[in-house]
Amino acid sequence: MLSLLHPNSVSLLAYTIYLSFAGALLLALVPGRTPTLARWLALVFSVAGLALAVQGFIAGMGQGLVTLVDVPWVPSMGIHFLLAADGISRVLVLLTGLAAVAGVLFSWNIDLRTNEFFAFYLVLIGAVYGVFLSFDLFLLFVFYEIAIVPKYFLIAIWGSTRREYGAMKLVIYSFAGSALVLIGLLAAYTTAGSHSTGLIELAHAGLPASFQMWCFPLVFTGFAILAGMWPFHTWAPTGHVAAPTAASMLLAGVVMKLGAYGCLRVGIALFPHGLDPWGFSFIGIGSWRDVFAVLAIIGIVYGALAALAQTDFKFVIGYSSVSHMGFVLLGLVTLNQIGVTGAVLQMFSHGIIAGLLFAIVGRIVYDRTHTRQLAELETMHLSRRLPFAAWAFVVAGIASIGMPGFSGFVAELQVLIGAWKVNHWWVAAAGIGIVVGVAYIWRALQKAFFSDLLPSAHVLEQEQGHHFAAITWPEVTGVVMLAGVSLFVGLYPKILLDTIEPAVKTLLAGGAQ
Amino acid sequence: MNGFPLLTLLTALPLVGASIALVTGKHARAVALVTTFASLALALVVWMQLPANGSIGLVEQHAWAPSLGIEYHLGVDALGALMLVLAAIVTLMSVDAANRVHHQPGLYFALVLMLEAGLFGSFTALNFFHWFLFWELCLIPAFFLILLWGGTRRGPAATQFFIYTMSGSLVLLVAFLAIFLSTGSMDFPHLTLLASTGELEEIVTAHLGHVMPWLAIGVLAGFAVKVPMFPFHTWLPAAYAEAPSPVTMLLTGAMSKMGVYGLLRIALPLFGHQIAQIRTPLLVLAVATVVMGAWAAAAQKDLKRVFAYLSVNHLGYCLLGIFALAVPAPGAGIDPALQASQYAALSGVILQMFNHGITAAALFWFVAMMQQRTGGHRGIDQFGGLRKPAPVLAGLMGIALFSSLGMPGLNNFPGELFIFRGVFPLAWVAATVSILGLLVTSVVILTVIQKVFTGPLPEHCVGFPDLHHGERMALAPVIGLMLLVGLLPQLILGSVNPTVINLLAHWSF
Repeated sequence: MLSLLHPNSVSLLAYTIYLSFAGALLLALVPGRTPTLARWLALVFSVAGLALAVQGFIAGMGQGLVTLVDVPWVPSMGIHFLLAADGISRVLVLLTGLAAVAGVLFSWNIDLRTNEFFAFYLVLIGAVYGVFLSFDLFLLFVFYEIAIVPKYFLIAIWGSTRREYGAMKLVIYSFAGSALVLIGLLAAYTTAGSHSTGLIELAHAGLPASFQMWCFPLVFTGFAILAGMWPFHTWAPTGHVAAPTAASMLLAGVVMKLGAYGCLRVGIALFPHGLDPWGFSFIGIGSWRDVFAVLAIIGIVYGALAALAQTDFKFVIGYSSVSHMGFVLLGLVTLNQIGVTGAVLQMFSHGIIAGLLFAIVGRIVYDRTHTRQLAELETMHLSRRLPFAAWAFVVAGIASIGMPGFSGFVAELQVLIGAWKVNHWWVAAAGIGIVVGVAYIWRALQKAFFSDLLPSAHVLEQEQGHHFAAITWPEVTGVVMLAGVSLFVGLYPKILLDTIEPAVKTLLAGGAQ
Repeated sequence: MNGFPLLTLLTALPLVGASIALVTGKHARAVALVTTFASLALALVVWMQLPANGSIGLVEQHAWAPSLGIEYHLGVDALGALMLVLAAIVTLMSVDAANRVHHQPGLYFALVLMLEAGLFGSFTALNFFHWFLFWELCLIPAFFLILLWGGTRRGPAATQFFIYTMSGSLVLLVAFLAIFLSTGSMDFPHLTLLASTGELEEIVTAHLGHVMPWLAIGVLAGFAVKVPMFPFHTWLPAAYAEAPSPVTMLLTGAMSKMGVYGLLRIALPLFGHQIAQIRTPLLVLAVATVVMGAWAAAAQKDLKRVFAYLSVNHLGYCLLGIFALAVPAPGAGIDPALQASQYAALSGVILQMFNHGITAAALFWFVAMMQQRTGGHRGIDQFGGLRKPAPVLAGLMGIALFSSLGMPGLNNFPGELFIFRGVFPLAWVAATVSILGLLVTSVVILTVIQKVFTGPLPEHCVGFPDLHHGERMALAPVIGLMLLVGLLPQLILGSVNPTVINLLAHWSF
């Protein structure tokens, strides 16, 4: 049945970008008085994007790199408007499509300048699609930069706690990362002979090992800032907390993945020798690979411990993202088939699960209780008053701690197996993070929903008279969709792995293709 | 050789407009609008008529005072023509923006048109004397525009501006007198040819002794004041802030380009070798211009001063590209990689000149609109929450601000990218420091966005009207141009490329 789709129709993936930008333009033009129209338009455009992503994913099964568009853009520098998709891109585009639809569903109650909100939202989505599909270094950089702007506005205008601080911090960190990346890109382009900016040409340009040795850490760090790598992660929790729900879903769900994707697609693919041993070692660290592995592991453990100590529900999830992204980075630097495959799967899985967690905390719970303080939520008996939220969080929490049957389990297991092959100690250290991960989810679950503080008769009476607003259909749809995807991928990981594995294999075997 | 005198016509047109404006009084703005529209159309015709091989075209050459080596010699290549188009666009924008001139409008618009003529003349002149005449012609109307229509501290600002640029001009004049005394020529193409073979230095040394390096420094200083380059920039913030905003648009959008243009048309061709000798200190000054401009902008409270320092910062990238490409010649053999980098840097510089002109003029235009609406306020802290009452103004000004930040998809990005791509292999330390300087720029611009457009609405901004229909129509093409050049830089690069090759072929370091 699936093979009915024509293989060449993979090239329709390029329309995910155009469609999102067109949607943004349309939304910017519709009058601000019609929020319902804006919502539905945003939903239509994001669903259409998802449909194209699913279609491209299915049509692309069994195929390698497919070129979607290739036209000269700035000929004198060899810059092409080159969009292409390999298995990694197709999986991440699928993730973007899912996250985009879920984000619209959980933003259904945005009343303040709804059309503008969704216009910025779709610009962000379009730029993310663009990054995942660019096979020209400068095009990738262009989309990467474009993604920064809407993030700023989404947080600064529609955000909450210290939104201006959060927005500015996030943008400054992003620009700092971009500056490092830009220096690395120019250096690579120049060293490769200044002919082309195509990722594949650059990967085959035979950059000298000594050059890769200093350029790799520059580019990897630049991208890893956006992936929330410790100690450059501090933008992530404040940004996530300040952002409106949909924006924190996207930040954790896909924007952090842009950083990890850049680390893989540009950092590792273009500068493989940058990970070679230095020839000496200092306290067991003998290469950039060890350095980044250690930073990733610190991120895993530190993020988990910090999540355990938070009093704000949203900060718990914010720090959990830092921890989970640590697994992605650790998987990437294993440099073996199973570890990198696990990292890509973890990007997908965490994108879905983090989206779900932020939706529950930021939308379903906060918009009704108007507090995110665990101490206050403890007194509200939400398991009885918002049973849907409680059970949704149970499912999301189970997925987050890596319970078998959910996508996170397969992904983190693969990362750990990959890491085991390189260094046993890495696994032991990361294991601490997993244990603490169970603890902070359990703590949050217990405090926010299943508190055992018995209500007094007085409180019970008060609660009788005050009901929370009913759960709406977009919330149910969103939760079911995200939880369903995580469960489906957990039970049948082959559906993604079959697409990811060959792409990782070619990437590791020598360059981007 | 002498075809239809298109360039003479182009330069004469604003002068005619100026004399009409002078006598029409109240209707002077209409006259100015018609004149600047027609000038823009003519400038575009010039742009279309460029020779395909990148050499100088539309040449007009007539004897003027042969004994003094003075000729009426005009011509443009893509560099000159692009500057003509830019000057025409910026003047049109400026006239458009100056819709509240109550005090002697006739004189005001006559001076603006004179300034335009001066710009056209200096971007087309190929003889030093001829060029110098127009260079000075720009200075006088600019001085009076600041002095008569400026802000509260206009007197000192105008004087400082005049003295700085006059001293710059004086040094230029002395340098050219020395060259004329030695060679008997003031003709740019002729002198360029002499310089490219090294003869110029020999002749000058034979006549006047070992003065070439001093002449080079003098000429550089003359242009450095105009651009301006650190540490010659101190006149700029006061002049930009005190000039009425439409005049600031002209100062930053078009007049600052005269300095960069002079470096490309005169300094590098004639003194390439000498400049290459002192390349490192010059690069340090260029980087200082970039970094100092950004930091100083971060410290300002007045929107006009913020944008003034940002202009310094952006033109610093032009200086960076220009000085980086002056690599001392290694002797025999041409390295294609080196050439490609020089080529990229020069293309970037030319693009950046155009883009900065458009964006900076647009930003000052927005300031003018905000001043009009609030009775003269322009402090960053005096605004806030403008997105609510004026979403269209906020949106369009946001685009202009992001263009200034160098956001991909908008006009400044390709120029800066080319400059960095070119400078990186030639002077990687300078490029790296400047790229990190971009971070400061982005913080400055985001702070402006945050303070002006978000937060609570101050009392005097209540009822702040959004852009009306006419303003939207006037701004739309400018914003459209930013997007167009950002997405398709090839539109300009395609025509500029042959000229870049041609220019570099005639320069010797």
